[in-house]
Amino acid sequence: MTKDECKKVVLDIIADIAPDEDLGNVKPEVRLRDQLQLDSMDFLDIVMELRKRHGIEVPEKDYQQLASLDSCAEYLTPKFDALAGKS
Amino acid sequence: MKPSRIVITGVGLTAPNGSSLAEFRANLLAGVAGIERKEIRYMGSQLAGVCHFDALKHQKKKEVRVGTRAGSISVYCAREAIADSGLNWDAVAKDRVGIYIGCTEHGNVETENEVHNISKFNYDTKFWSHYHNPRTVANNPAGEASLNLGVTGPAYTIGAACAAGNMGLVHATQMLRLGEVDLALCGGVSESIHTFGIFAGFKSQNALATHDDPLKASRPFDKARNGIVISEGGALYTLERLDDARARGAKIYGEIAGYHVNSDASDYVLPNPTRQAECVHAAIRRAGLTPSDIHIVNTHATATPLGDIQECEAIRAVFGEGCPDTHINNTKSYIGHCMGAAGALELAGNLPSFDDLVVHPTINVDDLDPLCALPGLVLNHPRKVAKVDTILNNSFGMLGINSTLIVKRFVP
Repeated sequence: MTKDECKKVVLDIIADIAPDEDLGNVKPEVRLRDQLQLDSMDFLDIVMELRKRHGIEVPEKDYQQLASLDSCAEYLTPKFDALAGKS
Repeated sequence: MKPSRIVITGVGLTAPNGSSLAEFRANLLAGVAGIERKEIRYMGSQLAGVCHFDALKHQKKKEVRVGTRAGSISVYCAREAIADSGLNWDAVAKDRVGIYIGCTEHGNVETENEVHNISKFNYDTKFWSHYHNPRTVANNPAGEASLNLGVTGPAYTIGAACAAGNMGLVHATQMLRLGEVDLALCGGVSESIHTFGIFAGFKSQNALATHDDPLKASRPFDKARNGIVISEGGALYTLERLDDARARGAKIYGEIAGYHVNSDASDYVLPNPTRQAECVHAAIRRAGLTPSDIHIVNTHATATPLGDIQECEAIRAVFGEGCPDTHINNTKSYIGHCMGAAGALELAGNLPSFDDLVVHPTINVDDLDPLCALPGLVLNHPRKVAKVDTILNNSFGMLGINSTLIVKRFVP
């Protein structure tokens, strides 16, 4: 999985959990909470949807890795690749 | 000191046959029911009263996603009531507003959904939603309304089974009289058609209605009635002390004249006509009236074979044969049983009678059960009457809770 594909996965999840938000201009380097109306429960949603849809586990100590799209891609892409490798 | 006079100044509602008072009333007078078939988890197609209001009129998509159906119904009804009241909402002191919402039950829907959800993951509870607790706490429907409206006064629900809709208004009246709040948003809501457990429970009791034609399924007082049609819905009112309402020139729908709440203390599910009659009598006494002063009695009757007869027995005990100006109707014949919303919705459907002097009928009575043949029963066609100064609304619930509310025409 490329980092852009990983960002798309995260954005697809955010589109469902924050359906009122315009995701057309999300800046990948900026913290998601600084540009979208997302609260702590929404971040738990992202964690839950990664688990449900993709089998990806994000332990609590790593939640900060989901701060921006860029950091999501850095953190999650190896996890997706590891899962793909397993299968 | 005489208690403050409390008046109804706004109505917001959603029923299976209308999402405004005007639409609801028009359908009650035109004989238009609102029952349809709905797919229920594990049970297949069932009869249900489904509301078709636009949740996004007053909520963001995210609020609908995160919240509950009961929360959406509460927000819709509360916003519609405020709009109807003519209040300048921005200028209202939000810490002086109380939200009091009657519920039959809350939490079943979301719990069932989560159990179903984790069933797809081998019952691994790490897939259980972090929203489960805020969705299932008993105050959820009132809490969602407070969040949406920015109300910082007391906001909670009142659990009173199917007597709850009346209880919302009763409690609001008490809180206004105590000076706890200056404005109350009150009534009842129900999301019960979204929980299979309610359907399955009534079915196991042999109390779930069946009929080939959904619109004819809810038939209180008819010989062929065979049970309850479960419905969702809501009705919330703005209640104010009369002095406040008059100071702002509010439109006044009616005045709370009296109420009473009591308990059967006799059975988990079977009604008790003696206690019901006591409840009605006590409400009439509190209103300073006599039975012959009551012009409309809106019955609770849910179309169970026994329950209807027992309520008729209670009504006969109070009104007897000597109340020629008392007209008796039933709203569930159109919309099924809206559970915690029933009392509040059914009152709303009758309030316009103060203006048009028409009593909406009980529909679907093709063959009146002689045991339900009360004098004054209005059947199948609206009745134009000489006088409507008082409406008495009965709502009774499981574990033997009874509530009677009387609203009278506002006379300055």
